[in-house]
Amino acid sequence: MKTLEELRKIREKAQNEMKMRNSESRVKVVVGMGTSGIALGARDVMKAILDEVSNRKLTDVLVTQTGEKGLSSMEPVVDVIEKGKPKITYGNVTPENARKIVVEHIVNGKVVSDLVVATKND
Amino acid sequence: MKFYRSHILIGIDDESLKAGVKRIENALRNELEKYELADEINIMETGALGYFGTGISMLVYPEQITYVNISEEDIKEIVQEHFLKGRVVNRLVLEEKITGMYDYNYKGRIVLSNSGLIDPEDIDEYLGTGGYEAWEKALAINPSEIVEIVKKSGLRGRGGAGFPTGLKWSFTAPLEADQKYLVINADEGEPGTFKDRLIMEGDPHKLLEGIMISAYAIGATKAYIYIRGEYKLCISRLKKAIEQAKKYGLIGENIFGSGFDLDIKIKIGAGAYVCGEETALIESMEGNRGTPRAKPPFPGVEGAWKKPTVVNNVETITNVPAILQNGADWYLHFGVENCSGTKVYTVMGDVKLPGLCEVDMGTTLRTIINQYGGGVKEGKKFKAALVGGAAGVFLPNKLLDVKMDYNNLKEYSAVLGSGAILVMNETADIIDMLWSVIRFFRHESCGKCSPCANGNEVLFKLIDNIRKGEGKKEDLDKMIHIAEMMNLSCFCALGQSLLMPVKSAIDNFRDDFLEKIKK
Repeated sequence: MKTLEELRKIREKAQNEMKMRNSESRVKVVVGMGTSGIALGARDVMKAILDEVSNRKLTDVLVTQTGEKGLSSMEPVVDVIEKGKPKITYGNVTPENARKIVVEHIVNGKVVSDLVVATKND
Repeated sequence: MKFYRSHILIGIDDESLKAGVKRIENALRNELEKYELADEINIMETGALGYFGTGISMLVYPEQITYVNISEEDIKEIVQEHFLKGRVVNRLVLEEKITGMYDYNYKGRIVLSNSGLIDPEDIDEYLGTGGYEAWEKALAINPSEIVEIVKKSGLRGRGGAGFPTGLKWSFTAPLEADQKYLVINADEGEPGTFKDRLIMEGDPHKLLEGIMISAYAIGATKAYIYIRGEYKLCISRLKKAIEQAKKYGLIGENIFGSGFDLDIKIKIGAGAYVCGEETALIESMEGNRGTPRAKPPFPGVEGAWKKPTVVNNVETITNVPAILQNGADWYLHFGVENCSGTKVYTVMGDVKLPGLCEVDMGTTLRTIINQYGGGVKEGKKFKAALVGGAAGVFLPNKLLDVKMDYNNLKEYSAVLGSGAILVMNETADIIDMLWSVIRFFRHESCGKCSPCANGNEVLFKLIDNIRKGEGKKEDLDKMIHIAEMMNLSCFCALGQSLLMPVKSAIDNFRDDFLEKIKK
């Protein structure tokens, strides 16, 4: 048996979790998962990003992956895309750097400039 | 809270179960495990995704890509290419432009708003969509107010006859009785209709919420869902949903301190067509042979176990939570005058995309077939549509632009029925179709009254002769005459409704019949 108050709490919690299925998010993080990306540790980068996003309970972030981007020498490559802002591409990302990107760029809104390899306006 | 970067919704329904969806799901889980993707990608089971004839299908979020016809061998490729490397496996993607039921951004969905989007076996997910808010709202107001809201909303019964729901309730609500019942007709015996199955498989909690509100409105403390025995998955999901609702205190005794008690039970039917008729359904529920009762007294006054009983269709009741939540005026925005809301259709036959769609009342047959059914397949021409199941009408080409709602169709002596639309292309044989319809009625006639039992025999003999090429010209008018007599004298809707397919087939396609007779 639950009270109405408890039901409301469950409802809120579920609503937050289901938001993540929505493709409209504030920030989209794309990890390059080509063969060379994976060979250079893109999987660990992905895991680190997911872990950080999960720990910080960021519900408006979308993490997805893409194939080879043609930047093999700079793999693993991570794109951070925000609406109305230039696309930022980070290169040579390590799991530690990935966490830094989540904290500084996604949470605090400051681009980690020493890791940026390209920026592109839409 | 666990963060998943991707969600896979696997459509689980009777068809996909038979196609071995569980095996595929296991293979997918194992493969994701192998690549250590299992904590990043969430696999969820949901109801039917709305496609038919596409084998096992799954919907992948956030990309909103639907993979169809997946085999066990494909799983490896999907996991390696898509989930590991982010490359969509194009050869398995559903190409058709998605609309209607498939268009998850379409805002006109009321009944199917959650189907294919949430895990139907998890009450929390339903709560997350705003579920059971209407129930909370209902308990705070007077039952008679709910009846008024539903009356004002113009909701009409979706089982076929289109009787105003609020009006039906208003006969039973004021009656004083030691026990009243609400019975949900989930028998869905009309050939070609499977909307209720998909509603129950995809979102059982929405039906339960509708039952709670409706039972409260009429003062019924016991509700029964009379469901076909073949609907195994619906039954297990509904049972689970009832358990969960009980655990959360949404049903039971003195619900949230309101003083209102409610118990919901499932009764399993044995698959007789006549048991879709409400009084036969009640007989069957009581444990008797399923034959209709004389009316009056109507079930609203004297129904199950001689107590006031309201019998409503699944789709009707599933509309109720949204009406209460958003108000009657909101509901009136959907559909047309005197027939508000949406209707769920099952489109099948010679169309590209057989399946389910929910559209506004009054949408034309042409729109439904072309936009939601993907048009007639293999570039063939449209010949006819059997609308409303076996107890429906054959609509020819010239009636394609008729607005589909209860009132308007009446002008063309047609009915909306349960919402089944069977599309036939130019190669279809109307005589064959009518033969099957009559054969079905002959088999399903319960035998209680002679006009139906004998009438069906005679009609079948006549159509059988015509089909064999031994018919006479006079037989056609004779058939209409017999069907008209049955319409006037049969005991229940089963025998009465045979007039519709017989008359519409012969009137609209008389040339086809004459050609066969001449041969």
